[in-house]
Amino acid sequence: MNAINPTGWRPSIGENAHDSGIQTFTGNRALKLEEALLFELGNADRSGVDFPATDGIDLSALGPMARAERPDLPGLSEPETVRHYTRLSRQNYAIDLGLFPLGSCTMKHNPRLDEKVARMPGFADVHPLQPVHTVQGALGVINELAHWLIELTGMHGVAMTPKAGAHGELCGLLCIRAALEAKGDPREVILVPESAHGTNPATAAFAGFKVENIPATPDGRVDTAALTARLGPDVAGVMITNPNTCGLFERDLKIIADAVHAAGGYVYCDGANFNAIVGRVRPGDLGVDAMHINLHKTFSTPHGGGGPGSGPVVLSEALSPFGPLPFTARQADGLIKLIEEEQAHEEHPQAFGRMCAFHGQMGMYTRALAYILSHGADGLRQVSGDAVLNANYVLRSLDDVLDAPFGSAGPCMHEALFSDDGFAEGFSTNDLAKGLIDEGYHPMTVYFPLVVHGAMLVEPTETESKTGLDQFIGAMRSLAQRARAGDELLKSAPHLAPRRRLDETLAARKPKLVYKD
Amino acid sequence: MRYLPLTDADRSAMLSVIGAGSIDELFADVPAEARLSAPIAGLPNHATEMAVERHMARLSANNTTAGSVPFFLGAGAYRHHVPATVDHMIQRGEFLTAYTPYQPEIAQGTLQVLFEFQTQVARLFGTDVANASLYDGSTACWEAIAMAGRITKRGKAVLSGGLHPHYVETARTMAKFTGDVLDISAPVLEATPDDDALIAKIDAETSCVVVQYPDILGRIPDLAKIAAAAQGAGALLIAVVTEPVALGVLQSPGSLGADIVVGEGQSLGVGLQFGGPYLGLFGCREKYLRQIPGRLCGETVDADGKRGFVLTLSTREQHIRREKATSNICTNSGLCALAFSIHMTLLGGSGLADMAKLSHSAARKTAAALAGVPGVTVVNSHYFNEFAVTLRRDARQIVRELADRQVLGGISLGRLYPQEESLANGMVVAATECTTDEDIAALVSALKEVLA
Repeated sequence: MNAINPTGWRPSIGENAHDSGIQTFTGNRALKLEEALLFELGNADRSGVDFPATDGIDLSALGPMARAERPDLPGLSEPETVRHYTRLSRQNYAIDLGLFPLGSCTMKHNPRLDEKVARMPGFADVHPLQPVHTVQGALGVINELAHWLIELTGMHGVAMTPKAGAHGELCGLLCIRAALEAKGDPREVILVPESAHGTNPATAAFAGFKVENIPATPDGRVDTAALTARLGPDVAGVMITNPNTCGLFERDLKIIADAVHAAGGYVYCDGANFNAIVGRVRPGDLGVDAMHINLHKTFSTPHGGGGPGSGPVVLSEALSPFGPLPFTARQADGLIKLIEEEQAHEEHPQAFGRMCAFHGQMGMYTRALAYILSHGADGLRQVSGDAVLNANYVLRSLDDVLDAPFGSAGPCMHEALFSDDGFAEGFSTNDLAKGLIDEGYHPMTVYFPLVVHGAMLVEPTETESKTGLDQFIGAMRSLAQRARAGDELLKSAPHLAPRRRLDETLAARKPKLVYKD
Repeated sequence: MRYLPLTDADRSAMLSVIGAGSIDELFADVPAEARLSAPIAGLPNHATEMAVERHMARLSANNTTAGSVPFFLGAGAYRHHVPATVDHMIQRGEFLTAYTPYQPEIAQGTLQVLFEFQTQVARLFGTDVANASLYDGSTACWEAIAMAGRITKRGKAVLSGGLHPHYVETARTMAKFTGDVLDISAPVLEATPDDDALIAKIDAETSCVVVQYPDILGRIPDLAKIAAAAQGAGALLIAVVTEPVALGVLQSPGSLGADIVVGEGQSLGVGLQFGGPYLGLFGCREKYLRQIPGRLCGETVDADGKRGFVLTLSTREQHIRREKATSNICTNSGLCALAFSIHMTLLGGSGLADMAKLSHSAARKTAAALAGVPGVTVVNSHYFNEFAVTLRRDARQIVRELADRQVLGGISLGRLYPQEESLANGMVVAATECTTDEDIAALVSALKEVLA
């Protein structure tokens, strides 16, 4: 095997792929530390918190529902707690450790200023139901962020409260439903391209719509002719991702939007990939009626191991009157008012309701606002530019060893898409992805979008340096060649991670979701 | 720009590999008329860390923080003391900057945390199983109602008057579009909830009864009685816990017969944060496992036979099932679940019980002190750390006047139920282990002034 290795690093895989065979008493291997479960370490008498004595507290006001025994929950002292979670943290890959090319998920650097800002007491230590005049600064953050989201997208209004992207999709579709109902024109079909993220059809179904798929063209875009041909009095709207999940810009979006509007429907745009065009293209100019913005993608609030996210939805003039409660507005005197149920009848009578308790993801708003102000107009434009540059650099540095199904048509946007075409018999995308783990990277998004066989979707993001990309490209070239050559060691990768391939079938067949003594 | 590593020399070198003359050329697919020629209107260029911090600090200073004044607000968000260890640990980059653990070989940290979290939630709630979290209590509540509909194949949910009004509104929004029928009522300012009236609403069409425990007025319904009645009619009991600390001294809803238990986990580890991000808790009976919304973490083994954890039963989820998924949820509340789990680990069962007893004790002292203020009547006969009072006049006005005296004294029921005239003079008051005797004295003296 002849691994291309432009950065001079010694290839880590070879005949020494497995650990050296030395056994240890603990199962630990130097800095690779095993960690027991909390339930094997702690017990309900142990605690890492000191409280004043509680003997003698009169509990009679609890009434008949009082419990006789304390809950069966193990505790640990503070040093044990710190060690438990520190040791667990070291079993995780993270952006802070290296390139995280998970396509469509936008794993970019999380600025630490944003963490500091979110913890300022005026944001972290205020209650959502305090009197409005005692939280003017917090409402000011929501209002200011709302303003910039509207400006950046060229839209008319924004619903801030949705708690993640899929929640935002639901919010946008509920606006569409409410608008159609207000016109006395209930419609039940939502058109979704087959390349769409799975949340799109799931959301449309959850909102009570019938989902119909629209095929893609051979060049990886929505089939405009098929879509427009399906429009009619039963179509409530379309959900289109732009840039799409193949990493391509939907050139016809404006034409599609005009046709949908002419047929009485609305255009929902999945804004998961807004980071590719921020500062350069405003979805409002393309005829979009609603689009969620994943603050945890475009504006880099941390993913936190799977959340929390935040999914504000920008709305066109046609849909804004139906947006959910509560929301903020600046008064003539400069004070920020809060419109909730109490004021809605006068100020926002067509609101479709409420997406959640309270005001949405405040802790994400502060971070996103700090991110936007830090980058500014020039920086945000550079963000999308560098993200697209990095993706194209990866695409062109790999398209001789990996099949790039849409690579001949021109540049990609912020993510490069490859297929498993050309791999040796029996070798799959999953094998290459697991090999990437041994090389010290998180795998790319695999088997998505579904329109490409064995898809590998690589999103490097703008926060990677050229040196870092070159090393990643070297690793990818090496893996691609091994997959093409049929290197058997790849089939059992990873060899060097804290765990080897896990038995997912066993987990699903005999679900064990909680610890039992 | 401090966050962008590429230099102009890098960009040129990369463009020549690509074969493009400029970055703008890479956007060739964007129709010319869609390209923005001018910078974003009004947005200044990039700013230093110092400048952004100054701007945000100014906004932060323009708020009255809970820790700076006597503070008695609750109604679904509580101010508890969070040990310093919690925030320190969740800021480890390996937790903070990780993604959803879809590649389990390099995500065992997050996965083991989720498995431990699920176990902690299940034990706290007294349920067989729990999921890896949802967005917040209000959305978890709706997900439970939707799940009960799937299980019972019935379309009517009976919501107790004691359910948080924002949770009711969230459910009402969703139900409008799914066609579920919700039986909704406002609470009545009486010493105990009318469990019998609730039970009387259950019929052969009822999929579930949704009961908050303790309820929005701090009262403690008899879950066992309601569970028996619901199950007798083929319906499920969904218990909603907005203050999980209560379960340090109250019997768990699962042990009282609830089929699904949901809650808001904010009290432990998460902090007030002006309402979010928070943490939806979700537990239920094992037999409903395959109907649970959201992510689940399960134990398994790896190729070497070592114990490990994976996300499992994803055949329920949107990325596999698309329009047939049990829920459209993609993101959970991972980092908040971690914070909850660390706080719970530091407390342990005995620490949680102590924290609950101290909160209850502070509420008891507050109630006793308020009962002595002319014009104030304490409503509840029983409560955990929150109770309702009626005041001589509209509580919305009184809350504002208390705030003018630098006391955040409670939440007016008028704000929560603007349509219910009968509740206008009501206010809910919460206390926790953070509440001091001085805070209580300040509330009493401010209320005396305001009501005089």
